Amino acid sequence: MAEVLVYVDHVDGAVRKPTLELLTLARRVGEPVAVALGAGAEATAAVLAEHGAVKVLTADAPEFADYLVVPKVDALQAAHEQVSPAAVLVPSSAEGKEIAARLALRLGSGLITDATDLEPGDDGPVATQSVFAAAYTTKSRISRGTPVITVKPNSAAVEPAPAAGATESLSVTFGEKSTGTKVTARTPRESTGRPELTEAAIVVSGGRGVNGAENFSVIEALADSLGAAVGASRAAVDAGWYPHANQVGQTGKSVSPQLYIASGISGAIQHRAGMQTSKTIVAVNKDAEAPIFELVDYGVVGDLFDVVPQLTEEVNTRKG
Amino acid sequence: MSLRIVVCVKYVPDATGDRHFADDLTVDRDDVDGLLSELDEYAVEQALQIADEADDAEITVLTVGPEDAKDALRKALSMGADKAVHVEDDDLHGTDVMGSSLVLAKAIEKTGYDLVVCGMASTDGTMGVLPALLSERLGVPQVTLLSEVSVEAGVVKGRRDGDAASEALEAALPAVVSVTDQSGEARYPSFKGIMAAKKKPVESWDLEDLEIEAGEVGLEGAWTKVDSATERPARSAGTIVKDEGEGGRQLAEFLAGQKFI
Repeated sequence: MAEVLVYVDHVDGAVRKPTLELLTLARRVGEPVAVALGAGAEATAAVLAEHGAVKVLTADAPEFADYLVVPKVDALQAAHEQVSPAAVLVPSSAEGKEIAARLALRLGSGLITDATDLEPGDDGPVATQSVFAAAYTTKSRISRGTPVITVKPNSAAVEPAPAAGATESLSVTFGEKSTGTKVTARTPRESTGRPELTEAAIVVSGGRGVNGAENFSVIEALADSLGAAVGASRAAVDAGWYPHANQVGQTGKSVSPQLYIASGISGAIQHRAGMQTSKTIVAVNKDAEAPIFELVDYGVVGDLFDVVPQLTEEVNTRKG
Repeated sequence: MSLRIVVCVKYVPDATGDRHFADDLTVDRDDVDGLLSELDEYAVEQALQIADEADDAEITVLTVGPEDAKDALRKALSMGADKAVHVEDDDLHGTDVMGSSLVLAKAIEKTGYDLVVCGMASTDGTMGVLPALLSERLGVPQVTLLSEVSVEAGVVKGRRDGDAASEALEAALPAVVSVTDQSGEARYPSFKGIMAAKKKPVESWDLEDLEIEAGEVGLEGAWTKVDSATERPARSAGTIVKDEGEGGRQLAEFLAGQKFI
């Protein structure tokens, strides 16, 4: 069976969930060979093997941390030369998409970004994408070169599938352009203890109706009762009530959780673009005419300050 | 020495309109109004601010697209860009991101540049990879997804806010920059700006001007193929209840039924 390169997104050896989802999809189109780069790369091998990686190629060098994106492209290109894979799969993070794009160009290959599903086809992998604020579903494939595809988080369930996962070190020669953009400082984002927004299975979001930074505690309490991430609409972020990193929408993050709970969000097209592919959508809003209600599986017309705390209490009681 | 800034902008179908696909599975641009991609307004704004800080700077705004795409250039000129380049050719119909990056890279090289400024993504394709592709094609550093940007003494500096960390970046010019919607509100064109824009030069180039073969771009030259585009079925109407004191508990009941609790 053909081999498929899977780029590993990890933080100091801790593999992020979208990579494990990617391994599930990769197994449909070939035998996953994982590529892990930077500090902690070797530490990723065990979990990658548990999830189907037949081989784990690792490389570490200061260049991966000290310079932006390009050294990782050099490494993935080296892995491509070594393996001659049937496809290259990369998680759809901002950086993942940039790496995939540059690699595809170097390989003379077509590129598909933000796939939400992947199936084998007669002419290579077929990728499903959701476009125009999820108004359309497209199926596409790559017509030239090695398919390079980035896949959105929550596109597949993580399925363990033990494989050999033998670690091999990858030899990388960095091109002269790889040191063009220097990372002069790095400040890790402060952990909130909540799941990462784009990866979370449940997202609880607040909008204009939350009416103040201090009131976001109501949203956070519900999120914590459900083990969810917290999102915010652009209106709430622009008003300074919640950090931009949590913004869901066209100019913020695109999320596709199992459950999305919108509170005090009217559902402008810009917001819908970022959450419409969520599997189950729930809304709480005072305005019965709010467009968000056109999308919901369940909606409550009411004051979020009555409904949300009651829901939180009920969730906590049931979890009891 | 003058700082030559090229801003890449895109004319996109209005997201509040009813966007759909044409029979050849390209984006139908006839049935819905277009406009300058909102995320590109931030790029124009940052270019203007960088130019303000420079001793001497010239901003060229560049787009690839059909005749109507001139509207996007006019908007950028009315905000304060100095001149515009419009690449238009019938053979460009259906060009994918790889082809678009080729056309833009050739046009940027022909214009001459020290700094290329882009938005973080277009609001139609939303791929967000074009700046990285331009960097790869031009062989200059990418300093992308910046929420803050400045240029001083031939060096571009910026802040990139990622999922895991916030990074301070720097690169020597020439370079390709992209900016996020956090980089600063875009200015509204003034009446004076709108009047002045009418007199600013807009050059039109076709593929021959850029020495690009028709087969390298368009639907034929695309490296990806869309096999189908299906309109998402309307969501079946959900249950909507009015809160009469039990709304939260009713919602909990629904969530429990769906096994979320």
